[in-house]
Amino acid sequence: MQQSNAYIITFSVILTVVLGLLLSGTAQLLGPRQQEAIALDKKKQILGAVISGDEIAAMTPQEVNEYYSSHIGATVVDINGKEVTEQGGVAVSAENVDVAKNYKKPAEERLYPVFIYHEEGDPSAVKSYILPLYGAGLWDAIWGYLALDTDMNTVGGVTFAHAGETPGLGARITTPEVQARYQGKEIFDESGDLVGVLMQKGEGKDYSSEPHKIDGMSGATITGTGVNNMVKNYLDHYKAYIESKKSSSAVAAL
Amino acid sequence: MSAETLEKAIEKKPAEALLSKRRKKLVTDPLVDENPITIQVLGICSALAVTTQMKPTLVMAISVIFVIAMSNFVISVMRNTIPSRVRIIVQLAVVATLVTLVSEVLKAFAYDMYKELSVFVGLIITNCIVMGRLEAFALGNKPYDSVLDGLGSALGYSWIILTVAFFRELWGSGSVFGIPVFDTISGIFGPDFKLATNGLMVSPVGAFIILGLIIWVQRTKTGYVEH
Repeated sequence: MQQSNAYIITFSVILTVVLGLLLSGTAQLLGPRQQEAIALDKKKQILGAVISGDEIAAMTPQEVNEYYSSHIGATVVDINGKEVTEQGGVAVSAENVDVAKNYKKPAEERLYPVFIYHEEGDPSAVKSYILPLYGAGLWDAIWGYLALDTDMNTVGGVTFAHAGETPGLGARITTPEVQARYQGKEIFDESGDLVGVLMQKGEGKDYSSEPHKIDGMSGATITGTGVNNMVKNYLDHYKAYIESKKSSSAVAAL
Repeated sequence: MSAETLEKAIEKKPAEALLSKRRKKLVTDPLVDENPITIQVLGICSALAVTTQMKPTLVMAISVIFVIAMSNFVISVMRNTIPSRVRIIVQLAVVATLVTLVSEVLKAFAYDMYKELSVFVGLIITNCIVMGRLEAFALGNKPYDSVLDGLGSALGYSWIILTVAFFRELWGSGSVFGIPVFDTISGIFGPDFKLATNGLMVSPVGAFIILGLIIWVQRTKTGYVEH
């Protein structure tokens, strides 16, 4: 069957319009639910830095929301560790700060949210500070959350996520196995310099006696380097805030 | 003209049974004898990639069943109006739309699954089974038959990837559908007894080995020889 060009073009246009409408209609319809799912996922990631993935997986979405609101407080700081409550006349809240968008600005101008994990319903009994991280992996963006204990030195836990790392290699940063390696590591060395926690090249070595090194991921050295840069950069950006908390907790200890 | 139609109406056979022998064959053939994975060796990419665990594999299988059956149906309905010169593009547009729908629904209702399957849902578009069935069957057959044919191929694909996933999850992670099996068995025999998991099964290489074994067993039984 040989059709005229006009027929082919008309057919294509109609098909495109119909399919386009179908897709945009679906996107409109499902949009709010997807936003909810994304917001819930963000909360799970934040909580993932302080409680285990199994515990989170066992919770219903409602329980996650409740746990989050009763255990997590939040604040926003700037590069100097000063609290920011509004920017350009608009009130800022940690939940609404888009770390990815801020990443595009120079480090001095970014907003830095801090999520504060506290005892249930008691914001003054802080258990740890959760800092968002953002950076570049091998193929695409990577991001995550790092929980610092109240000594502002020991890593309580991390969660990582990625947009497009290689499955089975770089994508392993999302697994509990890799993330557990960060627990108990320290970010300051003896002389008080911020060194962060560095993932090493190669896999299978024991770094349990080294506070700033962790085992790497075989076949994913570039992703590992990306994670290292991300952790180090953001710890640097949060340094003023970390120092301020450190000195205040030192005073409290006296 | 009118005489001709009359004649045709007289000659018209009784309607074919909803599940006649021929139609049953459309569904059952691709399960074993014409299986898309083990015989035609299509759709291997996703069979390797998503089969580390049963749960995502099941979601993947359902998505593929939906996409193949629906695209076969849509293309078959339109088969007489599709301009033959742009038919591949038309097929692609329909398949891509269906896949995007699946992806959007997963994102809204099963966000964790959406994240886990990530790119592989989108890659259903390039799954050779989908386009293969459209070209080979839907373009020349009626909608109902096309849906049956699509279901057959998709089910043939599904049971294979589920079988692969079953063994990979069992041997690689020691569980089935996330329920720990190895730990339970170890528990029965006391604390000193421990079943070890095999890391190879978690990597794509494990899927190759399992798939190879399945094909071997199947061809031994059916006596199928590649021409």
